[in-house]
Amino acid sequence: MKLSEKELEIIEILEKDARTPIDVLAKMVDLPVEETEALVKKLEEAKVIVQYTALIDWRKADGREGVTAMIDVKVTPKRGVGFDEVAERIYRFPEVKSVYLMSGAYDLSVVIEGRSMAEIAQFVSEKLSTLDSVISTTTHFILKKYKHDGIVFDQGDQDRRIVVSP
Amino acid sequence: MKPQTRKTYVSKTVAGLKPSGIRRFFDLASTMDGVISLGVGEPDFVTSWSIREASILSLEQGYTSYTPNAGLLELRQEIAAYLRRKFHVDYCPETEILVTVGASQAIDLALRAIIDPGDEVIVVEPSFVAYEPLVVLAGGRPVAVCTSGEDQFQLNPAHLERAITERSKAVIICSPNNPTGTVLGRKELEAIARVAHEHDLLVIADEIYAELTYEGEYTSMAAVSAMRERTILISGFSKGFAMTGWRLGFAAAPDEILQAMLKIHQYAMMCAPTMAQYGALEALRSGERDVAEMRNSYRRRRNYFVASLNEIGLPCHLPGGAFYAFPSIKPTGLTSEQFAERLLIEEKVAVVPGNVFGQSGEGYIRCSYASSLEQLQEAIKRMKRFLARL
Repeated sequence: MKLSEKELEIIEILEKDARTPIDVLAKMVDLPVEETEALVKKLEEAKVIVQYTALIDWRKADGREGVTAMIDVKVTPKRGVGFDEVAERIYRFPEVKSVYLMSGAYDLSVVIEGRSMAEIAQFVSEKLSTLDSVISTTTHFILKKYKHDGIVFDQGDQDRRIVVSP
Repeated sequence: MKPQTRKTYVSKTVAGLKPSGIRRFFDLASTMDGVISLGVGEPDFVTSWSIREASILSLEQGYTSYTPNAGLLELRQEIAAYLRRKFHVDYCPETEILVTVGASQAIDLALRAIIDPGDEVIVVEPSFVAYEPLVVLAGGRPVAVCTSGEDQFQLNPAHLERAITERSKAVIICSPNNPTGTVLGRKELEAIARVAHEHDLLVIADEIYAELTYEGEYTSMAAVSAMRERTILISGFSKGFAMTGWRLGFAAAPDEILQAMLKIHQYAMMCAPTMAQYGALEALRSGERDVAEMRNSYRRRRNYFVASLNEIGLPCHLPGGAFYAFPSIKPTGLTSEQFAERLLIEEKVAVVPGNVFGQSGEGYIRCSYASSLEQLQEAIKRMKRFLARL
């Protein structure tokens, strides 16, 4: 889908802050509110805008345990469908957060979230490794998230500028 | 015999300079909590990491000595390439480019290099607060030429011509302008150029905001036909590259003038800070993408902020560059100072009264939109409430 300059501008703004009010958004792209609303709707319907979500710093949410692991998976591609079929078998599991086909030493990069290391270990040994096409897995647990999707957690965002300057 | 004790040791020239009107607002605003400041004349971005990292590396490698007076040759070569690439002007890096401590120092050097006692320098107002005092300190006489909100602060060449006397030596222009955000297009620059040719004037072109131009391609004064020979181009890294605290600017001018500026610089300053020069080198080599992103961000905030000002009843032209909106507050019947002071005290929004930029700024306020969108929204809310109460 070929996007217009205004449409590109809208998704760039919403990608940074999905909660930008529509009247503010309209002024930023210099369009009437109704027209802006229509463009956003169109982008939503075309699934260019897939979903609006919040970026959560789970470390601050006490009472919810969780671990994230990145798993390097080597697989045997199947004739006709290549990697797509095994990728689909993996991403259908709800605990799998993302799946990427990679160049290099392994084939699929799988990001998985679980309540504990044991839970993830169980998933890897029972669900992932037992798939026919999977040759091997290497599991890396994430110890700390510093930056995610371009956003730095714990950003010191104080303004260091002097109050009035020429 | 013991000489009589002087009343003051301060020179008459300095004693005669009027204090910057911005200072008073700074003092008032800094005593208050919860102030949203639209009075800041600098980017809200921190310098790109790649630039900071390059400067750190230069320190780690021990590049801590002086550079040549004119600046690192490598940096001057990059500046020459940058000026050619962006503004289609050609300067010799060996003899026509000088790296300075901020664009401010470049302006100071330019004025001191060309002014004989009593020479007149025309300053187009409203203008950056430093021009007039620097002319005075260089022994010259500043002559103000006013522009008006009705013309969106474009300079009327007839007004310029009227201000010219046989002592006139130069005119200072600033585009995009601080405080009005007005950009002089090629047509306007050509009109100024005609007057400059006719009266043999130099043009000191302060182009520090050139990177922050939002519509069309930027035209440098030096790129206007035959103007290179009578232009002192001033620019730097502060605004476009978000490097205000690095204090790094530059001047480009024909050999003879630049060498005169260099003569002062080598006695008064020696050279610009070395670690900042290494940062600037990286800025020119890899900073373009970050600059474009910052430019986009300012443009969007400008659109939002100026539309909102007009909506709440403060008429404002759409500024073509820099990061200032310069709305009229005439509908309120208040003076600029009254408006700014009351807005600060009653709603804790700091803006700069337009009259500090010259008498033609009276009836206006300068609002910087280099603040987060949330802050701008809150400021608009407060200003709307303030206006409703008047």
